Amino acid sequence: MYEIKAKRVLNPSTKMLVLTAPDVTRVCRPGQFVMVRANETGERIPLTIADCDRKKGEITIVFQEVGKSTKLLGSLEVGQSVQDVVGPLGKPTEAEKKYGTVVVIGGGCGTAICYPVAKAFKEAGNYLITINGARTADLLIFRKEMEAISDEMYETTDDGTCGVHGFVTTVLGDLIQKGKKIDLVFAVGPVPMMKFVSKTTEPKKIPTVVSLNSLMVDATGMCGACRVTVGGQMRFTCVDGPDFDGHQVDYNELMGRLNAYRDQEVISDTRWSKEHGGSK
Amino acid sequence: MSEKKQRKPPTKKVPMREQEPVKRRKNFNEVALGYSEKEALAEAEKCMQCRNPKCVSGCPVEVPIREFIELIRERDYMAAAAKIKETNSLPAICGRVCPQETQCEHTCIYGTRNEPIAIGRLERFVADYAREHEEPLPPVTPKNGKRVAIVGSGPAGLTCAGDLVKMGYDVTILEAFHKPGGVLMYGIPEFRLPKAIVEAEVEFLRKMGVTISYDYVIGKTRTIHQLMKEDRYDAVFIGTGAGAPVFMKIPGENLVTVFSANEFLTRVNLMKAYKFPEYDTPVRIGDRVAVVGGGNVAMDAARTALRLGASEVHIVYRRSKDEMPARHEELVHAEEEGIRFDYLVNPVEVLGDDKGKAVGMACIRMELGEPDESGRKRPVPVPDSRFVMDVDMVVMAIGTASNPIVPTSTPGLELTKWGYIVADEQTGITSIPGVFAGGDIVTGSATVISAMGAGKRAARGIHEYLSAKAA
Ligand SMILES: Cc1cc2nc3c(=O)[nH]c(=O)nc-3n(C[C@H](O)[C@H](O)[C@H](O)COP(=O)(O)OP(=O)(O)OC[C@H]3O[C@@H](n4cnc5c(N)ncnc54)[C@H](O)[C@@H]3O)c2cc1C
Ligand SMILES: Cc1cc2nc3c(=O)[nH]c(=O)nc-3n(C[C@H](O)[C@H](O)[C@H](O)COP(=O)(O)OP(=O)(O)OC[C@H]3O[C@@H](n4cnc5c(N)ncnc54)[C@H](O)[C@@H]3O)c2cc1C
Ligand code: SF4
Ligand code: SF4
Ligand code: FES
Repeated sequence: MYEIKAKRVLNPSTKMLVLTAPDVTRVCRPGQFVMVRANETGERIPLTIADCDRKKGEITIVFQEVGKSTKLLGSLEVGQSVQDVVGPLGKPTEAEKKYGTVVVIGGGCGTAICYPVAKAFKEAGNYLITINGARTADLLIFRKEMEAISDEMYETTDDGTCGVHGFVTTVLGDLIQKGKKIDLVFAVGPVPMMKFVSKTTEPKKIPTVVSLNSLMVDATGMCGACRVTVGGQMRFTCVDGPDFDGHQVDYNELMGRLNAYRDQEVISDTRWSKEHGGSK
Repeated sequence: MSEKKQRKPPTKKVPMREQEPVKRRKNFNEVALGYSEKEALAEAEKCMQCRNPKCVSGCPVEVPIREFIELIRERDYMAAAAKIKETNSLPAICGRVCPQETQCEHTCIYGTRNEPIAIGRLERFVADYAREHEEPLPPVTPKNGKRVAIVGSGPAGLTCAGDLVKMGYDVTILEAFHKPGGVLMYGIPEFRLPKAIVEAEVEFLRKMGVTISYDYVIGKTRTIHQLMKEDRYDAVFIGTGAGAPVFMKIPGENLVTVFSANEFLTRVNLMKAYKFPEYDTPVRIGDRVAVVGGGNVAMDAARTALRLGASEVHIVYRRSKDEMPARHEELVHAEEEGIRFDYLVNPVEVLGDDKGKAVGMACIRMELGEPDESGRKRPVPVPDSRFVMDVDMVVMAIGTASNPIVPTSTPGLELTKWGYIVADEQTGITSIPGVFAGGDIVTGSATVISAMGAGKRAARGIHEYLSAKAA
């Protein structure tokens, strides 16, 4: 059992939990994730390690409540425990390295997820530009944290309620257009966002790394649920990734596979809402 | 016609009661129901108590078969169970899943003229009896102060742990999943091996003093070298199995309704997707399902798909029935339940619609040619034989490969060209001092009992190694 030491509501649908998981903190590196199972009947879901306190033996996870499992997690309070936390899994992001100018792009909840990676880029001596996008102002998260480590920071909202009116790619496109020399782009967020970021950087061949979020079951390379096509090859996101070359990923296939359980997800979600009286 | 000269007709095993095929194809309850006391006694009576029994030579963990059968005849079932547990920590499991027809029962002397003694069924009877009647723990061995880490709680790891704890070692199993048993828990379905039985056998080991840490992925959470150097284990046994799925590398394999057998079975067994939505993990099921492969894994996937509501399930196998590696009993059960078998057929492409769902599987027909390295006749394609099977879900059960997590995180560990760990056949020792290995991660996908045999030999190997070191 892994105790919840702190909880923060970042916005109505995004929550942060600090969990005791000393074995994970001993070795975790930016870009790695854990598999979390909330309770005995729960499913195993992958969540990125958004922060790690080695001394206290605690990790931070930030998640958006999109279905039953994330809502269940979000309903837990300080002092309660989650059943299982496994990790750290996946390969760390190659962030502890000097590239020059690095643009880190976070979409929605992705901003929190890419925070440790952005921090590592910065600490390695890179010039750090961050672009954080959300649908609307209320959904922008980790703003102070990001600001503290960025050399340049941009915020975008789809509805123009904060920062640039538009998408993260609007800002990225501008930077490229203005001739900014960019050595690496790292993007985390919804699949369409990662797809368009990669499209934006492709003409100038700017190296682009995306952190994929395929469905997973074991996350140890045993089941193949997380398989994606990268450069025409079958790769497993859990052990070969989650980071891949953004220009080589078959995004349409990934989106299709993410929707595999849509019908069952709705059943679970509806049951949850009924039992907890909450709105959908 | 002289009466005297006529030999008695060959006898058959006392049959075991089973759930009716029409009923069982709709539920996950165990198919085979076990012997009653009367049936067990009748079967045990037939054993000739051979002076020089051959049965035991067919058992990789050397179960004292003649002796335990004798104890059944004396109606001392508890003693019979204790007898088996002297060499086999998991008899309720072995009695159910060992391929007895190629092992103990294959060499049984009574079996030369008759059906052999039903050793597996008797083992199951005895183990179930003991479990249901609160069997006593064996006497505890005084601790010798040495610590051994076991990586993986499959049959290899559990056996190694059980044997070492009996020798006085302090044993900790480190398991990646949240449940013990390896394939016994995530692969073999409930209707063939109830999970409560696996948990009970593991609980028995725990009571004997084995510690189990779950959610612990070696190579990630901790490496083998850290276990040896920082955590100060005196020896490590690696029993991580061969759990990496193999795909055919044909077009359409990443369609949404194409699964590896590992994924399909893990969802259903470990994560209990057959109880969705009471359990949160979902599973998708097609109406017409093709399972590709011919081993136990294929049988299990096919019979699981049937139970989850598929209206038609095909097993697609590129060789013929004679070459099928599945346990005989599973093949018969699958046939009885209405699984269809397409022999000498090989898929070449899975066809999909614009939503990524499978809508058919293109196949070619095969014929048998010359025998290959494995001695089985090599299937060769029949020219111009392409046809399309009308299916909407495909499960790939064509084998497994070595999982790279431990090998790639352990510098100095010698591997075969296939990525399996090189370990000494007799002692299990690897290229790293103090590190031992056994089971599927050494041999590639094999059987429960061969993995247990390897775990047992490694326990002996570890004991010799640590005793020699201390001396
Ligand atoms: C390596 C990795 C790291 C991740 N890190 C985080 C994280 O730090 N924070 C976070 O909020 N999420 C993260 N995710 C995604 C997260 O695992 C899913 O959101 C979660 O499993 C959804 O579970 P659910 O039962 O709540 O929703 P479901 O009922 O499963 O899904 C509800 C909706 O979300 C969509 N969905 C389901 N799974 C995913 C997915 N994996 N990615 C995107 N959409 C999905 C479905 O299509 C559906 O529309 C990560 C995924 C991976 C693979
Ligand atoms: C569906 C199916 C049906 C089968 N049916 C039969 C049958 O009827 N009869 C028979 O004899 N055999 C059968 N087999 C084969 C048999 O189950 C295997 O040969 C046997 O389980 C191998 O045992 P093992 O201990 O080597 O590995 P496994 O049983 O694979 O166990 C390995 C364990 O190690 C854990 N692990 C892996 N990596 C790590 C890591 N890095 N850190 C920590 N833990 C790790 C795994 O989670 C797992 O628990 C079947 C196999 C399958 C898949
Ligand atoms: S363990 Fe398996 S092979 Fe050995 S006697 Fe029992 S059933 Fe036969
Ligand atoms: S070989 Fe067969 S008949 Fe002889 S002791 Fe063994 S089980 Fe009994
Ligand atoms: S999640 Fe099972 S192999 Fe990646």
